[in-house]
Amino acid sequence: MTKVKTQSLQKKGSDLAQSNRQLEILSNGIFQSGELPTFKAKISETSQFPLKAKKLEILQINVGYMCNQVCEHCHVDAGPDRKEIMTRDTMRQCLEVIKNSGAHTLDLTGGAPEMNPDFRWFVEEAAKVGIKDFIVRSNLTIIRANKKYYDLPEFFKKHNVHVVSSMPHWTRGKTDKQRGDGVFDKSIKALQELNAVGYGMPDSNLRLDLVYNPSGAFLPGDQMSMEKDFKKALMEDFGIQFHNLFAITNLPIARFLDYLIASENYEDYMYQLVDAYNPAAVKNVMCTNTLSISWDGYLFDCDFNQMLELPVNSKAKHISEFNEELLEGRNIVISQHCYGCTAGAGSSCQGVVA
Amino acid sequence: MSKTYYDPADLRKFSKITEWSEELGNKFFEYYGKVFEDGALTAREKSLIALAVAHTEQCPYCIDAYTKDGLQRGVTKDEMMEAIHVGAAIKSGATLVHGVQMMNKVNKLDG
Repeated sequence: MTKVKTQSLQKKGSDLAQSNRQLEILSNGIFQSGELPTFKAKISETSQFPLKAKKLEILQINVGYMCNQVCEHCHVDAGPDRKEIMTRDTMRQCLEVIKNSGAHTLDLTGGAPEMNPDFRWFVEEAAKVGIKDFIVRSNLTIIRANKKYYDLPEFFKKHNVHVVSSMPHWTRGKTDKQRGDGVFDKSIKALQELNAVGYGMPDSNLRLDLVYNPSGAFLPGDQMSMEKDFKKALMEDFGIQFHNLFAITNLPIARFLDYLIASENYEDYMYQLVDAYNPAAVKNVMCTNTLSISWDGYLFDCDFNQMLELPVNSKAKHISEFNEELLEGRNIVISQHCYGCTAGAGSSCQGVVA
Repeated sequence: MSKTYYDPADLRKFSKITEWSEELGNKFFEYYGKVFEDGALTAREKSLIALAVAHTEQCPYCIDAYTKDGLQRGVTKDEMMEAIHVGAAIKSGATLVHGVQMMNKVNKLDG
């Protein structure tokens, strides 16, 4: 039976809504007893500790945790009940940084970023800066959620936005299990609408990429094989085209951690991550070239550290104090969740890294 | 010492068999890895064959391993169950086809 998901952990008052509780779990048990090595110990084996930030390439801005969906795996614990929303003032500060930093990619995420009341204003202003790759992470269903969003495909096209959308599987059952009843049908409709305005076509500059992350306690398969299977199925069944598939590993935090513990898969999953550890992936983990900015303007090494409330290890901790030179070379803040980005071919918001 | 014959945690220790016979163990894992690479059959197709055989062999470790492997490759529940039915059909067919031997014997002894 497909479960109906309606509330975030925070709304439910769950213990795991607290980031320090999540960090405790990730540091205790099998890691405290030495049954599995900590991430720090593991990367030290190949002299990769401390992990250091390189030149800034990607600015990832989380414009709010509000979302029209309550997905089972969500590392943000996003949902309709989350009220954290970036203000226009903070967006203005972000725009200054976008103009002055050397980053070539701007990546807007949420929640559903489109639900921020200043989303369109921000996209219009940011597009003027002329950044090379301007990504919006859209959950697709938002395009069909309300009449006021129906024109989003045209809006994205107008500003040459690179759309990156979640799609856990090419079948209805697996998609709805993870993302909620009816999500598959709405996502298919939204993809068809994006295709209709030119997104995802083989020769189109309007980039449409999909994100695959597993629906349960297992790691993603080979990205290229999955992409081939997705392309074949979506084309045959629905006539849908897209450019690339990013296979992303679920990190054991927030709702996915809650799921792992409730389903008694936590230890086995951590074993999978540690067994699949790939030192080659460590070299290119996204925290080394990305800066994550929270809805209230604080700086983090990645969106996951943002959710765990692990701020950057730098004097510049807020967008108002942004200093590219100061941030470059900073030590990345790590914990055992980082194994999620170094398993197998590695994982990042842009897919595999090794 | 475990009081049951099978312990799920033992699957993680499979690679340790090389510790007591390094050369043979390594040769086995090299062969095993090669078998499951993409070839004339895709790795995905091989995974489904492995799942069916895991069931006919009734190996709990293999069932665990190839169920997870299938999920990682995006294999659906329908595909997994169909693969197992192929295994089950061969198993039952293999039993029943011996019925001909029984019939031959009856015909010879009591025909």
